[in-house]
Amino acid sequence: MQRSITGTTNKHTGRLVIPVLFVVLLALIMACLCIGKYQISPAECIRILSGKIAGTQQTWDGMDENMLIGVRLPRVMAAVIVGAALALSGAVYQGIFRNPLVSPDFLGVSSGACVGAAVAILMAMPSVMIQVSAFAGGIIAVAVTMLIPRMLRSDSGIMLVLAGIIVGGAMSSILGFIKYIADPETQLAAITYWQLGSFAYVDNKAVVSILPLSIIAAVVLLAMSWWINILSLGEQEAKSLGARVNVMRGICIVCSTVLTAGAVCISGTIGWVGLVIPHFGRMIAGSDNRVLLPASMIIGSIFMLFVDTVTRIAGPAEMPVSILTGLIGAPFFAWLLYRQRHILR
Amino acid sequence: MDNLIYEVSNITFRYPGYERNVLAGASLTLRKGEILCILGPNGAGKTTLLSCMAGLLKPLSGTIKLCGKDISGMSEREIAKLTGFVPQQHIPAFDYSVLDFVLMGRAPHTGIFSRPGAEEKARCLEVLENMGLGAIADKSYLDISGGERQQLLIARAVIQSPEAILFDEPTAHLDYGNQHRTLRRIKQMASEGYSVVITTHNPDHALLLGDKAAIVSRDGSVIQGTSEEILTEERLSSVYGMDIKIRYIEELGRTACLVPGL
Repeated sequence: MQRSITGTTNKHTGRLVIPVLFVVLLALIMACLCIGKYQISPAECIRILSGKIAGTQQTWDGMDENMLIGVRLPRVMAAVIVGAALALSGAVYQGIFRNPLVSPDFLGVSSGACVGAAVAILMAMPSVMIQVSAFAGGIIAVAVTMLIPRMLRSDSGIMLVLAGIIVGGAMSSILGFIKYIADPETQLAAITYWQLGSFAYVDNKAVVSILPLSIIAAVVLLAMSWWINILSLGEQEAKSLGARVNVMRGICIVCSTVLTAGAVCISGTIGWVGLVIPHFGRMIAGSDNRVLLPASMIIGSIFMLFVDTVTRIAGPAEMPVSILTGLIGAPFFAWLLYRQRHILR
Repeated sequence: MDNLIYEVSNITFRYPGYERNVLAGASLTLRKGEILCILGPNGAGKTTLLSCMAGLLKPLSGTIKLCGKDISGMSEREIAKLTGFVPQQHIPAFDYSVLDFVLMGRAPHTGIFSRPGAEEKARCLEVLENMGLGAIADKSYLDISGGERQQLLIARAVIQSPEAILFDEPTAHLDYGNQHRTLRRIKQMASEGYSVVITTHNPDHALLLGDKAAIVSRDGSVIQGTSEEILTEERLSSVYGMDIKIRYIEELGRTACLVPGL
């Protein structure tokens, strides 16, 4: 057999992967805080941030502070959180369904959240309600997906995947109907914008209220990372090694759904990140979920931050994020598949 | 009996949606350090019986006692502490390193939010070393041969530190040399105190292992005894529907099971 690229060639760098990626992320965060149509010098940026943290007297420009603390920092943090959440839940799903081709939305969470948001937009609700409705829509869609195998009296993973296709299909039809009846002048644009994702209108309050739940979900998943290795052996083998497969898989699905639904609330739906980033993570950190999960989170943040900054500075008007993640993600994924062709049969 | 590991009494099993009972009133016992070879024609329910014993399938009726406890009341974790299951073949989805793969055998002794530590890693290396696999510990699971993978599945079961190890057709995917090396390993494991059950399509393997044998018939019943008692020419000929001879071969110093010709 040919040597696979997702191999353990980088095993010895395994311990270093996480700290190196973390340093890259920190550097990128600093750079993205400075870069933009309104430039802030790195020195000024550090002065403001350290001054804010230490609470020293203001020695900097007020305009710079407003821009940095009021606009750019929330946006950068939102991109970091959303990228990490999507990549983590994607990596977890790929592990527990032992299928490297699934993404976090394949149980219907993103399409459900879109329907939730669209319904709220259609009913002209305030933006807080749109977020609540999106979150609820995502959770409800996954709950329905989980119920279908139960109704069909089967607990196989394949049945769950097929149930996800059923729910996803129904949701996109409902979304199509809502877009059809929506007011094309105002509502339709808002729904489309939501569907394609953007960090342009990040709501600080939404980020703050979603963060605690997302952190809990992420901590649970990271704590279970070794057991996700076990679940990735398949149902029978995991069971014979003492795993309560249905319970563990259930916990993983609930946590991943919370993470994805939370991310959708912040930025709308963003495609490709949850599918592609875990593959990239496997390439540089190996398949062991103990390393892969944290590595994917950091790479997801780096990628999201990069893409958002490009949409922010390129062109006169801001593009929705999903357009760029798709344009980068699709060819990148093709390249990854080409390199993994020996193990994907 | 105090050294009874498995006590299967009168179990019946039917796959949902099917009429036929794969197992009907099947009973068998396994004592400490014994090797039991389960034979039977294709589709007779050898693997089903083994899966029931591993707690992967639940019989419709009858009881399976593992170390004196009814397994229907035991959790997956409790069963996995007492029984290791070696599947026919492992189909990898991701490429873990050999060491990480074998380490997964510690699962029944590891909490749900926990992971095995350095001590357990060292123990894994020791087991791999003892099995002559130390050199491949750092390799990717995808880069080793089928024979080596089979060895890893065995190593993983050993790491579980169970009382019994169940092998589902351990020789099915191996070449002639590896088949017999695996049988030798199984015999050695029994002498170390493990109780072993294997399913096989080759009656000669049962004779080679030379301990207990059981035959699952098409009607779902099971007979069990020593391999000399169970493996008679008439019985094997009727089970497999063709002429089968059992001969003592002086040069080899053993009894062998052979087909006279096609």
